[in-house]
Amino acid sequence: METTPFIQIKDLQKEFISQNNTVTALSGINLNIDKGSIFGIIGMSGAGKSTLVRCINFLERPTSGTVIIGDKDLSKLNDRELRHVRQNIGMIFQQFNLLMQRNVEDNICFPLEIAGYSKKEGRKRAAELLEIVGLIDKKKAYPSQLSGGQKQRVAIARALATNPQLLLCDEATSALDPTTTRSILALLKDINKQFGITIIIITHEMSVVEEICDYVAIIDDGKLAESGSVEDVFSNPKTEAAKRLVYHSNTTSNTPIEMKGKRCIRIVFDGKSSFEPIIANMVLDNKALVNILYADTKDIKGKAYGHMVLQLPENEVQADKIINYLRNKNVNVEELIDYVGN
Amino acid sequence: MWVTDLISLFQENMPMLTEETVNTLYMTFVSSFFAYIFALPLGVALVVTREDGLHPMGSLYRILDIVVNIGRSVPFLILLVAIQPLTKLIVGKSYGSTATIVPLVVAATPFIARLIESSLQEVDHGVIEAAQSMGASLFTIIFKVLIPEARTSLMVGATIAIGTILGYSAMAGFAGGGGLGDIAVRYGYYRYEGEIMLITIILMVVLVQLIQAIGMKIARKTDKRVI
Ligand SMILES: Nc1ncnc2c1ncn2[C@@H]1O[C@H](COP(=O)(O)OP(=O)(O)OP(=O)(O)O)[C@@H](O)[C@H]1O
Ligand SMILES: [Mg+2]
Repeated sequence: METTPFIQIKDLQKEFISQNNTVTALSGINLNIDKGSIFGIIGMSGAGKSTLVRCINFLERPTSGTVIIGDKDLSKLNDRELRHVRQNIGMIFQQFNLLMQRNVEDNICFPLEIAGYSKKEGRKRAAELLEIVGLIDKKKAYPSQLSGGQKQRVAIARALATNPQLLLCDEATSALDPTTTRSILALLKDINKQFGITIIIITHEMSVVEEICDYVAIIDDGKLAESGSVEDVFSNPKTEAAKRLVYHSNTTSNTPIEMKGKRCIRIVFDGKSSFEPIIANMVLDNKALVNILYADTKDIKGKAYGHMVLQLPENEVQADKIINYLRNKNVNVEELIDYVGN
Repeated sequence: MWVTDLISLFQENMPMLTEETVNTLYMTFVSSFFAYIFALPLGVALVVTREDGLHPMGSLYRILDIVVNIGRSVPFLILLVAIQPLTKLIVGKSYGSTATIVPLVVAATPFIARLIESSLQEVDHGVIEAAQSMGASLFTIIFKVLIPEARTSLMVGATIAIGTILGYSAMAGFAGGGGLGDIAVRYGYYRYEGEIMLITIILMVVLVQLIQAIGMKIARKTDKRVI
């Protein structure tokens, strides 16, 4: 049985045209996003992430292609209908973008004013939301009196005011310290669970995706490099762009540095095995020492993911033995040519 | 002593000075009021229709831009004389305080429009984007985001504008405009009675100071961006 995804992005293309040049910010983007999921969009700076998220609510009108949310094809709507659709899409930003001359409560009431709620209804809803984001005591405070994390909580409350089915987050935690980032992500996850709201998260930080996303799409230079479940993409990145992000390493370096003699391999943990005994046993069984050049392993949803770069012994026989050993243990081994470090 | 002379001269001319002070304030505030009525839509239009504005309309923007520049480049005294027929048409005569209001409004409108434009331009683009993401219309963005968020800067601008208009109103004294400027011109320029002129100058300085102090105080009070 096939169900239509909540959000369908089809053949999306966006060009910015100025007098002297044309920038193709996005091209050929196709994505489906399920209802109730947390979907991460990750990519390097300038990859087109912000442009993509702004195309999802048509703040930026795509040059071609379309976005379908629920049963509405946004490209077929007029301005008025579009504004109406936007009233049911929340959005939060890196710089919070609160109205500085309005207090917390009035900020939360703002989208409700736009949607035509009465002042009384607005006040009531604001109180509910402040309860959810844990800022009920800051009701009458002004944004200038709040910390970054508190401002983002207010922004989240404001974005949720109209009970939207979709929440767009453009680098929502990039201006926050790691601890505050955690608490904001936990809040978003909570909201997702509690209200079943679909969340799209734009970020350039792997850790954000790992922490809360179910699915991830990797955008590279305006194109969709790879997408899928976080487990799949992060444990077995296929494209160069994905590998670059996942391994933080530069495997496409076009200035290879000659490595004298020693071969290097990358082993990938895909969440199926626990890695520590494998390395330990490998060393014991083969009676060969390896050099761990790089290790980046993480705990994603209770399973071990990540990769390690090992430098093999100079002895070719021993080196091959190690590779075979690992392959026999069903470990994903990839020999690295011209490994230049991270 | 010279200061006591000045004070007794002030007391002697009290009725006239009071009357013309009232006239000066009357011209200043009524002109400011009307100038703002015209300048506000003009300033908003300049911000909204520019190329990177909320509702770009290139040709309208260029026309408004030129009109405002022309208005700003005509010296006030020349404008005052040049539009006398218009003044006569509106007020019925071309001298006196009420008649001075017309050229004051005409001169101040483009100047204030520019002040408003620059105040509105200061509003953080991110906040406007947030409002757009909530489905706000252009009208809502203007009245619930642009103007309220810029209110401190608009108040500072208004303080500057009112002070400037007060200065213009004094210039109108040369053309029988009434107010403190009129006294200064009549006594200081035509009769060489420097003391009376000095008193009017002191009065004007005090008025400008007061307007400045009150305006800035209100601006600060309405500013919630700083704690
Ligand atoms: N309004 C615009 N006019 C012209 N070019 C633009 C505009 N907005 C974005 N671009 C270009 O489109 C490309 C993608 O920009 P975008 O802001 O979407 O990147 P991003 O992935 O969000 O980057 P970052 O992580 O730095 O925020 C960039 O090359 C940028 O210069
Ligand atoms: Mg961005």
